[in-house]
Amino acid sequence: MRFTKDHEWVELDGDVATVGITAYAAEQLGDVVFVEVPDIGKTVSQGDGLAVVESVKAASDVYAPVSGEVVEANGDLGDAPETVNAAPEAGGWFAKIKVSDPSQVEALMDRAAYEAYLGAL
Amino acid sequence: MSQDDLKKTPLYDAHVAAGARMVPFAGYAMPVQYRDGVLKEHLWTRESAGLFDVSHMGQARLRGVSPLSAFEEITPGDFIGLAPGKQRYSLLLNRKGGIIDDLMASRPDDDGLFVIVNGACKDNDFRVIDDELAPQVTIERLENRALLALQGPKAAEVLAKHIPEAAGKVFMDSWATTGFGVDVLISRSGYTGEDGYEISVPAAAATDVWNTLLADERVKPIGLGARDSLRLEAGLPLYGHDVDETVSPVEAALTFAVSKKRREAQDFPGAARIVKELAEGPSRVRVGLKILSGAPAREGAEIADADGAVVGVVTSGGFAPSLGHPIAMGFVPPALAANGTRLNVIVRGKSGAAEVVAMPFVPNRYVRKV
Repeated sequence: MRFTKDHEWVELDGDVATVGITAYAAEQLGDVVFVEVPDIGKTVSQGDGLAVVESVKAASDVYAPVSGEVVEANGDLGDAPETVNAAPEAGGWFAKIKVSDPSQVEALMDRAAYEAYLGAL
Repeated sequence: MSQDDLKKTPLYDAHVAAGARMVPFAGYAMPVQYRDGVLKEHLWTRESAGLFDVSHMGQARLRGVSPLSAFEEITPGDFIGLAPGKQRYSLLLNRKGGIIDDLMASRPDDDGLFVIVNGACKDNDFRVIDDELAPQVTIERLENRALLALQGPKAAEVLAKHIPEAAGKVFMDSWATTGFGVDVLISRSGYTGEDGYEISVPAAAATDVWNTLLADERVKPIGLGARDSLRLEAGLPLYGHDVDETVSPVEAALTFAVSKKRREAQDFPGAARIVKELAEGPSRVRVGLKILSGAPAREGAEIADADGAVVGVVTSGGFAPSLGHPIAMGFVPPALAANGTRLNVIVRGKSGAAEVVAMPFVPNRYVRKV
């Protein structure tokens, strides 16, 4: 699993990256009440808005950590947005992206680097 | 404004100790939530009792020659008719009939009028009051007092342990007494739609009173996040969002604050506009919206009619924890304001179905007789 400074995580399986937000991000957001996932087939560039996650307080963007094409979206979050809080780094994933440049994943932080980054916040 | 420039209420240290997340609000560092988070804090207030620090709000005494009748020069309420021991919700109006602020004014004792205004507006409000009413009326800002709100169905039994007569009061009663070993000014009111009290105490005693109330297991501290979702469900407007200097009481659906006697006399600021709107209808009116599908519609989201034409704007909105779906308030033309009217809200370019519904969204539970 790799991580961004905006608190997204990426897990690469072949050339498909599963994307979600970290436990830290979910805790900061508070109770998630609505998630907007991307349409399948949408092409995203690294840093584009990928999904929107809403807590009681506010709406927050989730950015694409890598470039590629959305091949799957987590429809379960429509009825169970609280999964983002309960299992942010598992069942709370947002989308799967067929990556166009796997080196983008390699360039992200590993868990040790991400935890060091959190420690400095 | 950096965190260092923010003012602190007397309860700042108590909030930090309780695990609050502090955010800037109205120039103060205020708790937006505690460890439980907004959703649980909201629901706790509806089922038990929540304790809020609202010390950022402005408290003042108006004294002098006939402060009650003088206050009618700047508000549309019947203050000459305000009985001792009673509180009234009112509006500070500009000459165009727009709302400078909304406020509570009461007679807890014989010491003139006790006024509580919004924190973000207080400097301007007190300047306006002074400009308009001095020297007949003098204003004393009570900077050395904190304000706590205890809200929820168990608020009455909790407070009665400390102030027995509180249980015998009704909604919008106001009185001065001794409680928690200090002088307190209390009203049975609040801004959550629940039964409850607002309690003004000397700043030096605030932490003791706060901790004493929290020692009761029925009471938890509640942050501004839940305060906002609670008042939204209660259909209560938030100044600076749903109401501002361009909005009249008629547009804001606050006509109850324009007393019958004053309507006939037409002797308040902006009376010409307000009386005309009462007779002919305003060009826009604040309504409640139930969001039927899609994302929560928040402040700034456009409201469209069934044909897609933009007809208004959302002024506040979000997820309603007690209802399990999003709700909003916004302004639409009166022709589209009837309950049951189907509209759309535009969120991030997508249209979501909405329906005009009566407010409050969640029935209020004010205690009107005991």
